[in-house]
Amino acid sequence: MIAERYLNAAILAIFFIVPAWALWANEPFTITLMTRAAIFALAAVGLNIALGLGGLVSLGHAVFFGIGGYAMGILAFHAQTVTPLMEWPFVIEGTKSMPVIWLTAIVLSALAALLIGHLSMRTSGVYFIMITLAFGQMFFFFSISWSAYGGEDGLSIWVRNDFPGLNTLQPIQFYGLCLAILCAVLWFTHRLARSPFGLALNAARQVPQRVETVGLNPTRLKLVAFVISGAITGLAGALFADLNRFVSPTMFSWQMSGEIMVFIIIGGVARLFGPVAGALVFVGLEHFLGGLSDYWLVYLGLLLLLIVLFGRGGVIGIVSGREKAHG
Amino acid sequence: MSFILLVEQVLNGLQFGIMLFLMAAGLTLIFGVMGLINLAHGSLYMIGAFAAAAVAGYTGSFVLALAAALAAAAIVGAIVELVVIRRLYDKDHLDQVLATFALILIFSEGTRWLFGSFPLFLDIPDYLSGPVTLPGGIQYPLYRLFLIVVGLLIAIGLGALITKTRIGIQIRAGENDREMIAALGIDISRLYTLVFALGAGLAGIAGALVGAIQSVQVGMGEPVLILAFVVIVIGGIGSMKGALIGAILVGLTDTLGGIFLPELLKLFTDPATATSIGSSLASMAIYILMGAILIWRPTGLFGARS
Repeated sequence: MIAERYLNAAILAIFFIVPAWALWANEPFTITLMTRAAIFALAAVGLNIALGLGGLVSLGHAVFFGIGGYAMGILAFHAQTVTPLMEWPFVIEGTKSMPVIWLTAIVLSALAALLIGHLSMRTSGVYFIMITLAFGQMFFFFSISWSAYGGEDGLSIWVRNDFPGLNTLQPIQFYGLCLAILCAVLWFTHRLARSPFGLALNAARQVPQRVETVGLNPTRLKLVAFVISGAITGLAGALFADLNRFVSPTMFSWQMSGEIMVFIIIGGVARLFGPVAGALVFVGLEHFLGGLSDYWLVYLGLLLLLIVLFGRGGVIGIVSGREKAHG
Repeated sequence: MSFILLVEQVLNGLQFGIMLFLMAAGLTLIFGVMGLINLAHGSLYMIGAFAAAAVAGYTGSFVLALAAALAAAAIVGAIVELVVIRRLYDKDHLDQVLATFALILIFSEGTRWLFGSFPLFLDIPDYLSGPVTLPGGIQYPLYRLFLIVVGLLIAIGLGALITKTRIGIQIRAGENDREMIAALGIDISRLYTLVFALGAGLAGIAGALVGAIQSVQVGMGEPVLILAFVVIVIGGIGSMKGALIGAILVGLTDTLGGIFLPELLKLFTDPATATSIGSSLASMAIYILMGAILIWRPTGLFGARS
């Protein structure tokens, strides 16, 4: 059995070696696939903060993914059509600048997470799952009926947005940007889990009553985790939209929420690299099985079922031989 | 805004709500008795609709199609319970969500494999098609009226089953204390399979009935499933009365909101803006309703107080 530490290093190494090979072999499509994996991993690392650390089974994280996507879509749409986003009470112009878009995506999805989390956390358990799912649908239907930004057809962006000092049209440069963000967020999550806040959150998940007796508010701890989680998934949404140069209501769909959750489960819940491994496996399966059969989701379903029924701990758990994540 | 339109829309909302009730009743029963959250309930709805469309295409009989829908969904439900669901009862909700999500993937893609991606059509039989004149001279489609009546009959039958029969007593006992009824010599796993098949059959019937006014296609179950979740969140999980009232509330809100919100906004702003904002708001109306009810009563209208 391999220690989880080495396994994590190996997973991370894949994110460096495969694109380097693809660059050498001139296979830009592989780089795009890896970019997709890195962005999915980022979205799932975000959800894992709520799900793994906070124990909040949110089936509505596509809301934040979609908000991030639309933040990018709407800002870039106004920039490419040279129309102001808003004229009153003050003028807001569109922008093609990634840092501005990212910040917008993070702030908006954090606000949405605050509102949704505040309402949903009045309940718990199954109610929480169903309510987050319902909020997801609410945003989904809203985006469909929002005809100013494409409605059901979505929005296309002609050229990828800019990042100072980089040529983001080069797949490898955009990939590097996504990977850097993923690594930074992984480091942040690692620090977060070991910070006083992370420890309190862990305790709030396990025994909320005890946390309350030492004078902390477990609901507030979970709400903060939910907001951080939503913000990270929102950032991933903005990157995903930029990768495809397209946003559509699909980003808000409940299948999206389900898939983000599936990444975590394939990899392993509450493990730092679980979502990363899961996203990698998912994109790999999507590419290879999808090439073999149009109905590859059947196999994904079977795999998922087997993991849930027999292999708690996901890929990392199976390989490292540890049922439960520690810490 | 005429009186006739109002009556028509109220009936449409009622019809939609009653069909949602058939879904929500199964979900709330399965959750109440087994403590299981079943995302694959929408797949059973879809299986019912496909079975009905296939049998109707083959035999031309609508009654046989409905029977096939009930049988197919109940049998698939029983098999799924025996093979997969049974192993999920003592797992946490996250595992239940994922396993049933996996089932959706398998059922949806499997159905696409068997029937292809194109929608099938299930025709309304001649004796149920055409309009009917209601008191007051209102013309209303006979089939939709039929859906309301059939749905209400099923609701009454279900109520009688749960309150009056021996099985019903066992189901209610199972909701309260599963160890005790096992100790009293009732085969609890058989009861669970039965409840799951019952819920599945209700979903299958709903799929077939609605399939005749919409197209029968892969993925038709999930939007209804999520609305059924909203219904039981509003009504209170595990409560049959809550499911009925919640379903009608959601059906009416959705239908009436789509018609009246744009009209209402036209009083305040120009028609174009009113239509676009109104339709956006209408698509969100039931979720706003859900949010409001949750703020007022976090466990739903008829849910157990925690």
